[in-house]
Parts: sequence; C-alpha cells; structure tokens
Amino acid sequence: MFVTRQVEFSASHVCRLPDVSDAENRELFGRESSPNGHGHNYVLEVTVEGEPDPVTGMVINLKKLKDILQEQVVGPMDHRFLNAEVKPFDGIVPTTENLARNLWERLAPLLDTAETSLHRIRLFETPDLYVDITRDGAQ
Amino acid sequence: MVSVTRRYHFSASHRLHSPSLSDTENAALFGKCNNPFGHGHNYILSVTVTGEIDERTGLLVSVRKLDALLHDKVLNQFSHCNLNTDVADFTDLIPTTENIAAVIAGRLQKFWAQYLNGRRVHLQRVHILETKKNGFEIVMRAAAATKECEQEGVSIHA
Repeated sequence: MFVTRQVEFSASHVCRLPDVSDAENRELFGRESSPNGHGHNYVLEVTVEGEPDPVTGMVINLKKLKDILQEQVVGPMDHRFLNAEVKPFDGIVPTTENLARNLWERLAPLLDTAETSLHRIRLFETPDLYVDITRDGAQ
Repeated sequence: MVSVTRRYHFSASHRLHSPSLSDTENAALFGKCNNPFGHGHNYILSVTVTGEIDERTGLLVSVRKLDALLHDKVLNQFSHCNLNTDVADFTDLIPTTENIAAVIAGRLQKFWAQYLNGRRVHLQRVHILETKKNGFEIVMRAAAATKECEQEGVSIHA
C-alpha cells in the first residue's frame, strides 16, 4: 500500500555551467540560465510503501513524515537560493533532475525502515514540468 | 528510475462518427460526441521521457528540444483546429482520444531522433486528458536499450 504526502517550498536557482559561454549555457538550459537566478514554487510528492500496522492501522505516522519533510526539505530549502545556500548545489547544477536526486538521497535513509520504503518522489518545478524518481525494480 | 514529464495544452474540435455505421447507430454509439457540427475540448497532453541524467549538465532531457518537437510536430497542427478536417491523420481515422494519443505517440517516435538524442532518452508515456474526467494513456515498451520504443498498450481511466 502507498501513502503520498505533498509539501511545497519556494526557492531560487540558476542553471549554468561555469566553464562554457553564455551562449552555450543558453543553448543547454534556456531561460533557466538567466545569470541572476529566478525562482519556483516547487511541489514535492513523497510516496511511501508499506503495510498498515495491525495496531495503529497506519503505513506510516503522517506526523513523523511531516516532520521528516520539514527537517530535510522545507527547513533547508524554503526561501533559499539553492546555488549559494544548499549543498551540493554550490558544485552541481540545480536542475530539477539533480534536485530530485538530492531529495531522494535525503529522504530514503529516513524512510527505508523495517516497516516502510520510499517508493517514489515527484518534484514539480512548475505545474507543467515534473521529475519522478521511482525505486529501482518497482512496478 | 528517473523520468521527466512535460505537460502541454491544446484546444481542438472533433466529431466522432463512423462511416460504416448508420446515423442511428452512430448516435447511439457516440451520443453527444456525434453532433454533426462537432464540439471541442481543452486537451492536456503529458509526455514522459526516461533515460540517464547527464552528469555534467544535470539534465535528463533538453526541455527546450522536447518543446520544439511537440510544438513543431503536434501542437502547431492540432491547436485550435478541427481534427476531422484539418489534420490529415484523421481523414480516415475517428479522432477518439485513444486515436489522438496513438497519432501523437507515432509522430513523437517518428521525429524523436531528429530532435532528441534517441540513444540516451526514451519516450515512455503519452497521456491525454480530454476532460478532467477522461484520461487516456499509452505506455511504451523499450524494445532494446538503444532502439526505438514500441507501443505497449492503451489504458483508459475515467
């Protein structure tokens, strides 16, 4: 059984490679390469897999999930400039793909337990663009 | 597995009518969608791409190139058109949303390598909402890691 919780955070970023020209950055990243950065209202959906506990009837305590998302996602990223304030984006480009991978790496160790596993995260950069990461081998 | 999904919007009209059926049978089969004057929808098209993230750029797919493919080969021909009369694919094909999804998937596959690096990124899924209540989805099966995808099936959910 799957349980999904959604969380929002607003952050700015810029997608540029330091070792290529403005024109090449524009070709690679489009307006995402605008030098002074820009922002998004990111929406993250986190899907946890598990079976309901026979005593509590819950796959995961949503208060616990909420606290994890606050601590790992909203706290470090909301109203931040990702490139300057959130590691590892001082060294890698904060594309939606890389941001989703980083969020997976933050969340999987906390949600992969004896009872639950992180099944999927879906990160919306805008309502019309999102990245999914699904556990390898999942149906 | 990582995927990127991009959502597009187009508005178009259509009429569902089979020339091999009588007017009475068409009316019974297609109901309001058989109205001789046609009718329209705001379609929402989602295209899902899979592949590997380029470690240098952090990109799985160039959204700009994907957008160019969609605009050049789908949206510019479908948007604000009468699908039955203005899009040649539907001259002899009823523009049900199942068929619209299949035509779009076929166009994307045909021009995929021209717009995108077909060896690295693959078309995984085409999903269309005809209305908020009717969704149609084609999921591709990768024939081989480096070959063009083939259509696996259409699933319809309401």
